[in-house]
Amino acid sequence: MITARDAGLIACRNCARAWPRHETRCGRCGSALKSRDTTSLQRVWALWIAGLFAYVPANLYPMLETNTLVGVQSSTIIGGAIEIAEHGDYLIAFIVLFASVVVPVGKFLAIGYLAISVQRGTAQSPGAQYRLYEVVEFIGRWSMIDVFVVAILSALVQLSVVVSIQPGPAALTFALSVIFTMLSAQSFDTRLIWDNAKT
Amino acid sequence: MAGFPAPSGLHTRDHWVTLGTRFAQRKQPMHSTDDIGDPADLIACPSCDALYKAERPPRGGRAVCLRCHRVLIAPRAKAGLRIIALSVAVSVLVVAATLLPFMEIRAVGFGNRASLIDVATSFRSGALVLVSVATIAVIVLIPLLRTILLIYVLAPLVADRRPARGSQWAFRTAQALKPWAMTEIFAIGCVVALVKVSSLAHLGFGPAFWMFAILVIIVAIKDSYMCTWSVWSAIEEKR
Repeated sequence: MITARDAGLIACRNCARAWPRHETRCGRCGSALKSRDTTSLQRVWALWIAGLFAYVPANLYPMLETNTLVGVQSSTIIGGAIEIAEHGDYLIAFIVLFASVVVPVGKFLAIGYLAISVQRGTAQSPGAQYRLYEVVEFIGRWSMIDVFVVAILSALVQLSVVVSIQPGPAALTFALSVIFTMLSAQSFDTRLIWDNAKT
Repeated sequence: MAGFPAPSGLHTRDHWVTLGTRFAQRKQPMHSTDDIGDPADLIACPSCDALYKAERPPRGGRAVCLRCHRVLIAPRAKAGLRIIALSVAVSVLVVAATLLPFMEIRAVGFGNRASLIDVATSFRSGALVLVSVATIAVIVLIPLLRTILLIYVLAPLVADRRPARGSQWAFRTAQALKPWAMTEIFAIGCVVALVKVSSLAHLGFGPAFWMFAILVIIVAIKDSYMCTWSVWSAIEEKR
């Protein structure tokens, strides 16, 4: 197996066209060309940290505030999922927990692990690392589900004094966390994973 | 690319591999390995940098990177025309689904219906406005922008004309925005919302919800026809 870099070429990550090494911009799609994106990991880590900083308050502050005749009740992400489970809707509770807890936490771990692996080397095969990356890329967007639920409920549940739902501060920080981690994963130059490969 | 120097170190035949296609399962090494030829005839996997002689698989077939298994080329019959038709359908559905209510609620004599316009205006306080702006962007504006850009890029190619001015930028942008179009996630969000407040009030789906459900399917079909490499080659050839 030979890579574009081995062949003295530079590959466009956007359109897969190969160019001589001295080219700096892809003549087919107009993207900037870099044989390896050397600043990739810096951006990955910067956005990873930004995402983590946003994720902490997202779990501490309320996501939803429900005003009823009896009073105000606020629920965090995890609290909201537990409430759903208490009503017996275990499948939906599982979806919410999976999308807003398992996926974000797993994403932080996976991106961090991949970035460290590229920097320090790892025993795991590049194929397995790349599959992990693909899972992160595919599943990361689904964390937005809880933000949408808050947006839907805040627009819909406005029944005068009987019951109304307001978004809490966690809606913003959680959305930011998802956006930052999506950008972090997108910044990762996966070719770095394969450079450690022997074949 | 005349005068491009042949790189050294390309001696053995098995350095070069034509793409294995799913149906043909061919994994032949390239015939002439002495020089690299025109880089325009090559394709480099964007995920792992593996280099291949670009060879278009039969229609319906897929060329997959042998190392990381990323799909590199997947041409489909009449793909351009079909993507345009589906994009038009998506635009119409998105606009209609924005205006109509997607959910309704009833509780002790009170009722309410919400459309995406209401979502846009529901977060009133301070920084939370950003959440409603982001929600509308990823559900309405970005999917709409993507379909418009794709029609703009593909229409001249399908009509066998020169690519429209700015096609490169338009197609690049459309592809970059793909992960940020979240219609299908919103549809699942509607279902979760319905269950979440089922103890407080009775909720039902409005017409826009079913439009979103159809949208999800149409977008998935549309994406399955999209072969990025084929579009870029067409833009390059017809320029």
